Amino acid sequence: MTEVNLSNVIKDYGKTRAVHGIDLGIEDGEFVVLVGPSGCGKSTTLRMIAGLEDISGGEIAIGGRVVNDLPPRERNISMVFQNYALYPHMTVRENLGFSLKIAKADQTAITKAVDEAAGILGLRDLMDRKPAELSGGQRQRVAMGRAIVRSPDVFLFDEPLSNLDAKLRTQMRVEIKKLHQKVGNTIVYVTHDQVEAMTLADRIVLMRDGHIVQVGTPLELFNTPVNTFAATFIGSPPMNLIDGVVSGSNTINLAGGLSVPVPSRVRGLVRDGQKVCFGFRADNLMPVGHSVEEEGEKHELELTISLTEPLGTETLLFTDVAGNEVQAKMLNPRPVRPGETMKFQLMLDKCHVFDAASSEAIRG
Amino acid sequence: MDRNQTYRNRKRALNAVHFVALFITMAIICIPGLWIVLNSFRPTVEIMAKPPVWTPSFTLEHYRNMFGGAGEGGVPVFSYFRNSLIVSVVSTTIAILIGMSGGYAFARYRFPGKAGYFVGLMLFRAVPGVALSLPLFIVFARVGIIDTHFGLILAYVAMNVPFTIWLTDGFFRQIPKELHEAAEIDGCTRWQAFWRVEFPVARSGVASAAIFAFLTSWNEFALASQLTRSVGSKTMPVGLLDFTAEFTINWGGMCALAVLMIIPALVLTFLVQKHLIAGLTFGGVKG
Ligand SMILES: Nc1ncnc2c1ncn2[C@@H]1O[C@H](COP(=O)(O)OP(=O)(O)OP(=O)(O)O)[C@@H](O)[C@H]1O
Ligand SMILES: [Mg+2]
Repeated sequence: MTEVNLSNVIKDYGKTRAVHGIDLGIEDGEFVVLVGPSGCGKSTTLRMIAGLEDISGGEIAIGGRVVNDLPPRERNISMVFQNYALYPHMTVRENLGFSLKIAKADQTAITKAVDEAAGILGLRDLMDRKPAELSGGQRQRVAMGRAIVRSPDVFLFDEPLSNLDAKLRTQMRVEIKKLHQKVGNTIVYVTHDQVEAMTLADRIVLMRDGHIVQVGTPLELFNTPVNTFAATFIGSPPMNLIDGVVSGSNTINLAGGLSVPVPSRVRGLVRDGQKVCFGFRADNLMPVGHSVEEEGEKHELELTISLTEPLGTETLLFTDVAGNEVQAKMLNPRPVRPGETMKFQLMLDKCHVFDAASSEAIRG
Repeated sequence: MDRNQTYRNRKRALNAVHFVALFITMAIICIPGLWIVLNSFRPTVEIMAKPPVWTPSFTLEHYRNMFGGAGEGGVPVFSYFRNSLIVSVVSTTIAILIGMSGGYAFARYRFPGKAGYFVGLMLFRAVPGVALSLPLFIVFARVGIIDTHFGLILAYVAMNVPFTIWLTDGFFRQIPKELHEAAEIDGCTRWQAFWRVEFPVARSGVASAAIFAFLTSWNEFALASQLTRSVGSKTMPVGLLDFTAEFTINWGGMCALAVLMIIPALVLTFLVQKHLIAGLTFGGVKG
């Protein structure tokens, strides 16, 4: 059993605090992704779990054992670095077997483990090459192989795919997911790419400025963001947000002269005159006749198209509401000219209302 | 078509200019060395002849005399050679051990006053060795280590350490810290991570630092001429002075000893060259 528990973990670099007291419980075999913008403290948190950074406060436990002051080698973890950190003077075989050699495993055991890892990752033909003779994707796989050879309790990944091109990244993403299904270890994975987070995670930990913003399954974060930051960070394209003011108890007057009814979910939770942020995803604003037929609260709007982005099965429509770019989605697309005015259907019960002052979601 | 011709001609002209410039530079560097080697094989009359003799004759007379008795211009070559070797090898080894540790510390650890120490080391290196020779002479004489291998080794270690620190610091700095972190996660102690991963990767850097330190000690004259007196401790550069008498200089003999001095340095450089050219192989890390 290898759960990882962080309680009130703090990291100070001199006078600046990089991580502000994080609480996080990771279950055995869970795939947890730490995601957030650059500089939010993801790597720092991961490196504290690995034992590469001292912990300034709080407690980290791996498998029920407090590891605050244990060196990395005592934690039975393995880590894949963003720059792979392969040992340049060793062949692929030696790279893979290094940890077992240090652990003084006997040669047959090393050979067996190395062969097995090489098989899983398709490295058999590259065993006698040096890292300098490998492509980026191959290096990446060697780095993963080196991590799995010693069958650790916890895998730590720090942006392992960010040095790869888009196609390879998608491919390796699938590989990593397969690997997790095969070996079933606990994984903590750091990325700034929300797509990676959505596709890989059992649970996403969204961070900003050294704080945890929201923890939940990918769908929870997608469907019920706790604030405007979570709403715009998760999901592609990002959620449309328009400033507005509540008028009476049933209407929100949006910037640009549009108005929408208050979704019934939050009715009674907003007061007259309250400044809010009205949010909805492109999937919930579709032209009439090009949408999914779905039960629920709806509202019709007329908007003028400024730009289109055909993607094949669907087309993204860009419109402009009081200087805010608003994206909508068109299913079964037909050609649309910029300047055309179309009638849209907004799925009101999928819309979000955030308090403008605190950016927090207003939710029933 | 003729535009291509113009560019091709220009490229050829540029290549020719490069070649000539390179040739002149190499000539300036090499001719004194060549002069020494050639003159060590020429009779004294030819060396001093005016106008110069263009078709040299060949003789081993200088070498024979040098190894001969003290009366016929002989010098204790073997003692000098042994002294040079002991002093250079020992001082280089010590300087590399200390300098590498220092360089690693400067590259990897943060400690108060780091920048100050570093500048201090470099400033110390800026003091000319000769300026130190008198104070060193007095101190060494008082302590009683004048005219010993130990004294000279001490002086050379002090001279070489700052430079070695500076060089190896640069090499270790180029190695991403993730390498030792990966090694530590793979089960190494900090010490093992250094010897198993970082040192092998920085080996060429350490080798070049070692060559520099060795050549500095091997060729050093100013300090050695003050701090050594007797056959038991004089190094080869100091030994060259044996060929100067009150009114004459035995150029041929001097050249012969100089050639003997150059040979080990050349051999060493050729041996280590492979490591230098191999360079740092950073295939393991991308980005
Ligand atoms: N060695 C250090 N000294 C001082 N501050 C640091 C140090 N390392 C990181 N920080 C600071 O800590 C904060 C968190 O850094 P961290 O590397 O964890 O960010 P990150 O979320 O991994 O970002 P990225 O996506 O760019 O890798 C940043 O503001 C950074 O400036
Ligand atoms: Mg990072």
